[in-house]
Amino acid sequence: MRRIAPLFGLLAICLLIVLLQFAIGAGIVDEYTVPRPTAIAAALPRLLAEEGILTRFLTTVAETFAAGAAATLVGTGLGAALYRWPLMRRSFEPWVAVLAAAPLVLAYPLFLVLFGRSSSTVVVIAFASALPPVVLQTVAGFSAVRPVLLAVGRSFGLGRAAEFRRVLLPAALPSVFTGLRLALMFGLINVVGVEFLINLGGLGALINDLSERYDLPGTWAAIGFVVLVSVSLFTVLDGGERWLQRRR
Amino acid sequence: MLSVANVTMRFGTPADGVTAVDDVSFDIRPGEFVSIIGPSGCGKSTLFNIVAGLQPATSGQVSVEGAAVRGPHPAVGTVFQEESCFPWRSVIDNVAFPLELAGMPRGERHDQARHFIELVGLRGFERRLPSELSGGMRQRVCIARTLAAKPRLLLMDEPFAALDEQTRLLLGDKVLQIQQTLRQTTLLITHSITEAVQLSDRVLVMTYRPGRLKRFVTIDLPRPRTAEVVTSPEFGAAVASLWADLREEASRGMAEAGG
Ligand SMILES: Nc1ncnc2c1ncn2[C@@H]1O[C@H](COP(=O)(O)OP(=O)(O)O)[C@@H](O)[C@H]1O
Ligand SMILES: [Mg+2]
Repeated sequence: MRRIAPLFGLLAICLLIVLLQFAIGAGIVDEYTVPRPTAIAAALPRLLAEEGILTRFLTTVAETFAAGAAATLVGTGLGAALYRWPLMRRSFEPWVAVLAAAPLVLAYPLFLVLFGRSSSTVVVIAFASALPPVVLQTVAGFSAVRPVLLAVGRSFGLGRAAEFRRVLLPAALPSVFTGLRLALMFGLINVVGVEFLINLGGLGALINDLSERYDLPGTWAAIGFVVLVSVSLFTVLDGGERWLQRRR
Repeated sequence: MLSVANVTMRFGTPADGVTAVDDVSFDIRPGEFVSIIGPSGCGKSTLFNIVAGLQPATSGQVSVEGAAVRGPHPAVGTVFQEESCFPWRSVIDNVAFPLELAGMPRGERHDQARHFIELVGLRGFERRLPSELSGGMRQRVCIARTLAAKPRLLLMDEPFAALDEQTRLLLGDKVLQIQQTLRQTTLLITHSITEAVQLSDRVLVMTYRPGRLKRFVTIDLPRPRTAEVVTSPEFGAAVASLWADLREEASRGMAEAGG
């Protein structure tokens, strides 16, 4: 049954695509809003050959990883600091929560002024959006560690550093990983979004280009490609998480 | 081995606070098995934390092998009331944890861990995660992990309190076996009278608010304490005498808690 479930999901999506194809054919859905799935699929080779979608894909992935990695490093560090110093936590955690809910991407003109129309702007905005969830998840994860586990650590004579490395971190790892997942998700959304807005770099800029040229099948194919990227990104992350779980 | 002298612990302000432990003094000789028994809320866990070096007392001294306790002592092993396995470590890596801290190579520490896993009767479960075990098995993992550090004094705070009656009895037998194999100096905190009588050389009865030691009872039953001993009149007499002491304290505790 467990094996069948993902297959079933895939089948449902395929069915939806087939339905869409027929709905467009029957004139229920306007072809100039949503092109036929067959036309979208036919646009893919063109994107590969003429639009350099692979290089753009690599740009997007590199920017997402840069932003995600920076958010992970800084975020877990900040999260650990907020956990370690309760006063700091009481002062700053509400603000981090506000930041997590704010659509930072709307401030892109400010970042443009600061960092220019460059990859840095894309990465910095994605980093800033990905940081708050990592911080919040890390603090929550550390705080949820059962006190008796810390008492066990202390009874075996662990100092602060060893306690962190051997008890706190492994105990909080699942929660920290939820933060990383969110970091990559927000990172990718913001990278593609800012690329689109400033028309620079990877897949977001390509979607912008194609839509300005009214290349609807191309635009939709590129969007489909972004979805594929995000799916594969999370598959990789899942594998990494399982690997770390076994090793902690 | 262990010496507790005039230990007092107060919580809260001097004007408005609780004296959880009041002027408690006792000693434990090497190889001795001592139980502290008392109604719930009488300060047993507080005393345990102080002896384990996890919490400083308001006043008084605790010393282990002649050295004053100022923090967790390497010669003292602790088993907590709450089940405390590391959920991300397999049974064998939980038990090997103190050996890993000591820098012992993997093969050697696993060999030693296997010995203690067998001692608590969990052979065959080495690779399981705690989430795959029952509560009683997890508590046995914790006991094995503490024993693996080879403490010269073992402290246990109601290690069976959260378990059902049958598991308790089985685990009590296990501890008895371990005691007979290792001759481990042990301080067991419990609220089960039969457990205390069956396992101990001496039982200390604690009072409810303030938490004082009321009586020291020497259990003069032969070892090993087989089923025969447990059903003997002497065993029954010891249980009855402790029960009389404890009933007084427990009813006082209930009356106060009730208002
Ligand atoms: N950290 C604490 N702060 C204030 N009161 C406490 C604290 N720990 C324990 N107490 C009080 O001390 C008394 C003894 O508690 P405890 O040692 O846990 O009892 P027992 O283990 O015998 O059930 C209780 O009345 C409890 O409310
Ligand atoms: Mg207690």
